[in-house]
Amino acid sequence: MALKLADYKTDVHNDWCPGCGDFGIVNALQMALAEMGIERDKATIFSGIGCSGKTSHFINTYGVHTIHGRVLTFAQGGKLANPDMTVVAVGGDGDGLGIGAGHFVAAGRRNVDMTYIIFDNGVYGLTKGQASPTLKLGEKTKSLPSPNTNYNVNPIGLAVASGFTFVARGYSYDVRHLKDLIVKAVKHKGLSFLDVLQPCPTYNDINTRDWYAGVDLAKESMERHSRIYKLEDSHFDPIVHYAEESEVNEKLSQALIKSLEWGNKIPTGVFYQNELVSTFTTRLTDKIPNYLENPPASQKISENGLPTTDVSELLNSLEI
Amino acid sequence: MSVSSVDFTWLIGGPQGSGVESGANIFSKVCAEMGYQIFGKREFYSNIKGQHSYFTVRVSDTNIHSNVNDVTLMVSFDAETIFRHFDEVSSTGGIIYDSELEDVETDRIHTLDSPFKERLHKFLESKNKPFTIAGVLELAKEKGVTLYPVSFKTLLESLAHDVDNQRLRGLIRMYNVIGVSLSLGLIKMPSDSLIHSIDMIFSKKPQIAEINKQVANYSYNYASSKFENFEYRLIGITKQPNTILVQGHYGTSIGKMVSGCRFQSYYPITPASDESVYLESHEILQVQNSRPGSTAVIQTEDEISAMGMMIGAALTGTRSSTSTSGPGFALMTEALGWAGMNEVPVVITLYQRSGPSTGLPTRHGQDDLLFTVFAGHGDFPKIVYASGDIEESFYDTGRCFNYADKYQIPVVHMMDKFLSSSVITCKKFDPNKVSIDRGKLLDKIEGEYKRFAFTGDGISPRSRLGLDDGVFWNTGDESDEYGHISEDPQIRIKMMDKRMSRLDLISKKIIPDDQVVSFGVHDYTIISWGSTKGPIIDAQSMLKKEGINVGFIQIKLLHPFPGEYVQSLLKNAKTLIDIEANHSGQLGKLFKQNVSREIDYFVLKYTGRGMTSTEIYDSLKKIIENKATKREILSHGA
Repeated sequence: MALKLADYKTDVHNDWCPGCGDFGIVNALQMALAEMGIERDKATIFSGIGCSGKTSHFINTYGVHTIHGRVLTFAQGGKLANPDMTVVAVGGDGDGLGIGAGHFVAAGRRNVDMTYIIFDNGVYGLTKGQASPTLKLGEKTKSLPSPNTNYNVNPIGLAVASGFTFVARGYSYDVRHLKDLIVKAVKHKGLSFLDVLQPCPTYNDINTRDWYAGVDLAKESMERHSRIYKLEDSHFDPIVHYAEESEVNEKLSQALIKSLEWGNKIPTGVFYQNELVSTFTTRLTDKIPNYLENPPASQKISENGLPTTDVSELLNSLEI
Repeated sequence: MSVSSVDFTWLIGGPQGSGVESGANIFSKVCAEMGYQIFGKREFYSNIKGQHSYFTVRVSDTNIHSNVNDVTLMVSFDAETIFRHFDEVSSTGGIIYDSELEDVETDRIHTLDSPFKERLHKFLESKNKPFTIAGVLELAKEKGVTLYPVSFKTLLESLAHDVDNQRLRGLIRMYNVIGVSLSLGLIKMPSDSLIHSIDMIFSKKPQIAEINKQVANYSYNYASSKFENFEYRLIGITKQPNTILVQGHYGTSIGKMVSGCRFQSYYPITPASDESVYLESHEILQVQNSRPGSTAVIQTEDEISAMGMMIGAALTGTRSSTSTSGPGFALMTEALGWAGMNEVPVVITLYQRSGPSTGLPTRHGQDDLLFTVFAGHGDFPKIVYASGDIEESFYDTGRCFNYADKYQIPVVHMMDKFLSSSVITCKKFDPNKVSIDRGKLLDKIEGEYKRFAFTGDGISPRSRLGLDDGVFWNTGDESDEYGHISEDPQIRIKMMDKRMSRLDLISKKIIPDDQVVSFGVHDYTIISWGSTKGPIIDAQSMLKKEGINVGFIQIKLLHPFPGEYVQSLLKNAKTLIDIEANHSGQLGKLFKQNVSREIDYFVLKYTGRGMTSTEIYDSLKKIIENKATKREILSHGA
């Protein structure tokens, strides 16, 4: 029976603020799951803490709402034990790039075949609007007592530098485009990262929906001037086509340079994709040949309540 | 020492990285091959190369479970070992040493730290001896110790000459083998067992084995022909069948393989990482009547990640575990609460070391008991279970996984550095004595599924990520039966009661013998937990030989604490003695909280060195003779 979009929705009341950018992301994620026809019981959404952490409760697949900053650790453990499962991890920018930044970098190095989506709004919403890692130095969102004293993290640049093999940015008010990006990210073989710009209507009064739409710019130029543009419209080729250092370095550098673009022009779309890097699963399979056919979650460990693991050879080698 | 029994302690020391451990491995293997029981123990600094490390191997013809204070034979190829340990050699014992070292002064040894040097100088001054090797050896000799000087350099030179292989001259890395072989020659251990052990240890490097054998034979013959007047002979006894020679972490490692643990995440930390490295070295597993299985061993970026990954893996129905020490466990506690909240069966193997903070990172301690029992914010159920020795830890690992699955809670399996750096002979682990009980883990779902459904016993049938029709939600927030966030006060009461009711269930269901082990209850009875078991039962038998009966109960289930059961076991005990390796008597505190009785005496040690049976024997004698203070503090060991 083919699954419909509605099948991926739970009846849990969604308590995000009216106009929250998160709605667009959860819709895009449900649409992407429906489009790919992933069975509800073959996917798990792992989430962090904060407004975005509630996402897993709104999606009718397995959902694991974890603790602050650690979502990637739970998600990788789940995926490695049951590699047949589709795994999407979600969380805020404070969660993933503040408290969880170490896990972000380590996950990049591992390249486990799963997707990580950051709901990027520059503030800690659920604790009433403190500055989060992507807020620019010197900016003062409305509940800050004084301007932000920290330099901002560049999520795309950090992902590229950490070894993520698919790095993209979406915008939560362009749901179709975001859905397409999620589909690409999930289908990517390796760890995919999606930075989703998501205005917080309650606490971020700088990067608002109107600001992204360029309403302020339009006033000056008298024409519509959205800040957001799509890389795919600009002949940008993010894909590493062959495994040579020069090719990889060129694609990495171009992604890094693009990631620095901000202000009046903000790129979305795929910045970097490299499927020529081995996934963590492949690295495990190199050591454990039947890991994928017989992963941890499928292994038979007992029969009639007795262990079936045969350690007799090992024990004999210890015998005196 | 009675004439009929063998009780021999050998000590080898040297700078870290100089082959002390491999020397000790050869010696242990030879003794075990010759039928003896052994109890070996490694002490080392938090250092890669250069600092003093030493290994004591106690050898006996009966079962032993501990070290004793006295060293029977010390062998040393460096000066520091002599400075640090000469005083431990018993009056009937011997010291084999490199005679080239006789003139070495304490000030030349840069790794002799000043507090130790000051104490030694004061002592030597009081005895009117120079601050040299010759000085301390004179003292040993005056005490009755037999000295066996041998120039390691000359020995190698003459061997090089005899076999016409100049490469052997000055081959300092052979000094450990020389030391072992001289020792074995002195005690007349048959030399073929030495050669056989070298062959086994270097089985993959035949050329290295050959050189080692040459050196071994030569040194062995040197000692057996030239050394005299040593009263100890270890000529071999009948081998006990089904005996294995194991290192400290083998119990939990092999226990995990047999129990079906298929996912282990960890972050490197002493003394826990040996277990994970061993699991990875044996990652492919043979399975009866089935294709091979495997353990995915994942080294993570920190212990928080190790904990998160383990929980993620456990949610798929995989038996999952991590292994860590105090500082790492401290980082895991937030997620421990999540596992408790979400009823996730996981096993955390906690190899304690001396805290607080970094503490004595390569030394022993049992000071994480209260921290572990109370680890995590909020009220949630967990099990804290402690093993007393390596053999026990194999079977306990199986128990811990069963407890985790049956009660759907995190289990902390407490081990420690004393256990992890021991090498012992014990009865071969028997996998047939391990059972696997996965509790209410489901293979298929019928009807509507609620992960946290209210049931009679407080435990809900458990789906796993990826199971057909078994969709559920988890959250660290309070939740309803589906696992969705709920802040409803009535749901809160029901859910808290559901989770916490497990503690009573555990106390009722775990069989009493698995909660507490009684080694007899008498007027004087010891309570203790963990690795003090070995030295305690050895001290118990020492006293028994003198006609003194001292009781001992070993508490294995530390949370939920078996208060009533312990109280009933102790009803005939008049004087209670708490023995543990920490400063505050942590078990005593837990005891007081759960049993309405006072502890009469505390025997405590927090030097970072494990307790010896001699020390426990001595303190028990003091207590019985009414000469002890309320807190007896032990301090033996360099």
